[in-house]
Amino acid sequence: MKRFLSAVLAGMMTLSLLAGCGGSGDTQAPAADDTNTPAQAEDNGQAAEGLFPAVAKEDIKVGVVHITDPAEGSGYTYTHDLGIQGMQKNLGLSDDQIVRKINVDDSNATAIQTALEECVEEGCNIIFATSWGYMDYVEQMAEEYPEVIFCHGTGYKSNGTNFTNYFGKINEARYLSGIAAGMKTTSNKIGYVAAQNNENGEVTSGVDAFAMGVESVNPDAKVYVKVTGSWFDPEGEGQAAKALIDLGCDVIAQHCDTSNPATEAEKAGVFAIGYNSDMSEKAPGSTLTSVMWDWSVYYTTAVQAVIDGTWDGTNYFGDMKDGLVTLAPCSDLCAEGTQEAIDAVKDKILSGEWDVFDGVTEYETNDGQKVTLKAEDYGTCNWYYKNVEVA
Amino acid sequence: MLIKFLVAAIAASTPLLFGTVGEILSEKVGHLNLGVEGMMSIGACAGFMVGMQTDSFVLALVAAFIAGLCSALIYAVLTVTFLADQNVAGLTLTIFGIGLANFIGIFMLGSSESGTLKLPAGITAQMREISIPGLSTIPVIGPLLFSYSPFVYLGVLIAILAGLFLKKTKMGLNVQAIGHNPAAADAAGINVTRWKYTMILLGGGICGIGGAYCAMIINGGVWISNNVGGLGWIAVALVIFAKWNPWIAIGGSFVFGALRILKYYVPKSVISLPTAFYDMLPFLMTALILVISSIRKKRDLNLPGSLGVDYFREER
Repeated sequence: MKRFLSAVLAGMMTLSLLAGCGGSGDTQAPAADDTNTPAQAEDNGQAAEGLFPAVAKEDIKVGVVHITDPAEGSGYTYTHDLGIQGMQKNLGLSDDQIVRKINVDDSNATAIQTALEECVEEGCNIIFATSWGYMDYVEQMAEEYPEVIFCHGTGYKSNGTNFTNYFGKINEARYLSGIAAGMKTTSNKIGYVAAQNNENGEVTSGVDAFAMGVESVNPDAKVYVKVTGSWFDPEGEGQAAKALIDLGCDVIAQHCDTSNPATEAEKAGVFAIGYNSDMSEKAPGSTLTSVMWDWSVYYTTAVQAVIDGTWDGTNYFGDMKDGLVTLAPCSDLCAEGTQEAIDAVKDKILSGEWDVFDGVTEYETNDGQKVTLKAEDYGTCNWYYKNVEVA
Repeated sequence: MLIKFLVAAIAASTPLLFGTVGEILSEKVGHLNLGVEGMMSIGACAGFMVGMQTDSFVLALVAAFIAGLCSALIYAVLTVTFLADQNVAGLTLTIFGIGLANFIGIFMLGSSESGTLKLPAGITAQMREISIPGLSTIPVIGPLLFSYSPFVYLGVLIAILAGLFLKKTKMGLNVQAIGHNPAAADAAGINVTRWKYTMILLGGGICGIGGAYCAMIINGGVWISNNVGGLGWIAVALVIFAKWNPWIAIGGSFVFGALRILKYYVPKSVISLPTAFYDMLPFLMTALILVISSIRKKRDLNLPGSLGVDYFREER
């Protein structure tokens, strides 16, 4: 009996640990490859048009592999699925032309391969794999099925023909949201709930862009970062926000999946910056603005290219100009003049006159070094800007 | 800062306390119910949806309790009446419960106009932290004792009552006898089946309320899938930590809650440890308790003797 019980207890603990680890490793440190420049296609010896024959709109099938369930309602997978729905609407595809594989753990090789193979078997012409950890398996499958197009979100691998990479300059919107936060704070302490620590370039470059935005309007303010260590941890995300509020922060920004930092801010009577989707519905009493993705922009372009037979195998790195990255309109809670201040910088970004990470400007890190960063290399960013403190 | 840490720790301990007390009641009659996570999920879903429709905190609590109770009924019928394997039945209940809650959530999200499920203002006001004029503003004592959501007080009350029942009443002692040796209890004239059902169902109901806390407080009244997020599993481990005693469970869940938020309150400038280290701490503590108890070789663990073993009356 005792032995049996101890076995059960051991099993239980393993399970609870697993539950604790779940959902990690989503979109880590993508060192983005070169992007949608025509040069890339030429380098690979590919013509700029038509690697694959055109497919009739009625016959095309689109596969999507998600790491969690779109019904989570606010986060990463949800916004990707909104993008797919938007694409479906834009192109007028029917429901059975979309094949969704959900809750595909990106550290489980069998699950990933099965999901991808099922998509191929169901006749998908183009398959979108949204999570970082799918990268190597997508690469293998692309080799195995040269007639199917595989697109991998985040990550850095591609083959120039049927395996491409897509992501975007979310940091443009993060910088702008930093302006809203910097103008709103009165305690000059701004909190940032980060899913991963500085080993993850995607999260860290986002913190830096945000902190630079804050500094541009409020050089006295500091950004305090707390790391949850997980892409999806509803409880921890709220608790981290609470700890930042207890520290004296009066604006809470986030790079994590749930709206809990924003609702926690609402409860405490302070303000928040949302991420992924517009969080003003969920936390109307705290949301200043939200940093958002509109993946339908990319998904529509990509699927349209397959239909037209103009797929050229180049990678995609979209930005605000493309409409892939957006910032929600400033709410009434924002400090006066915020929208104008944001619009002024936004115009410079849209006109191409200025960018957050241009690869030339030297930034001072919080440990006194001088660095530069190119937007496309955000995956290599492991330093924090000078006004950032990991609390 | 210390006061704020303690207040946050108590808030973090609350869902664990409900789950732990619920599971203790079930294990006291010898039934290891690994379905805590599932029962909490179903309770979370029922409490949230009823709260959203009726805008009443009390009705939401009742709904969460009943939903948790009904999900425990599945487990009770399988293991008490049909003598199914307890581990399999419990694990199945977890998978089923999470799935059902997410399914209903997706369905409701699909039929909502804004694409968001959020509790209305009335219930939000009722479930938020209380504020008693005069008491809540006393330094130190005010925030420590009178600054929580009603869930916190309910949880402590349930734990105290459960402890009183188990230790101080004849019925409670009968229940403990069932857990230690159902055949002997049966021979002594205790209705084993009835009490097993009663305790498992009560335990499920309490877990359901814990789930409602996850959906309504932790997630700020916004519906998300998988909203219990593994807390049910921690509660199962906490039962051992609490030595099957609802009163120790109050302290135990506080310790676990404190350890779970410790990573956000230890300044990185003072001690810089990876977050994974903090995530490990509660389980390290549980393992230590197990090791220490077995070294001491006393029966101070208070482990119900028939835990995990189905009782077949005709084999007495």
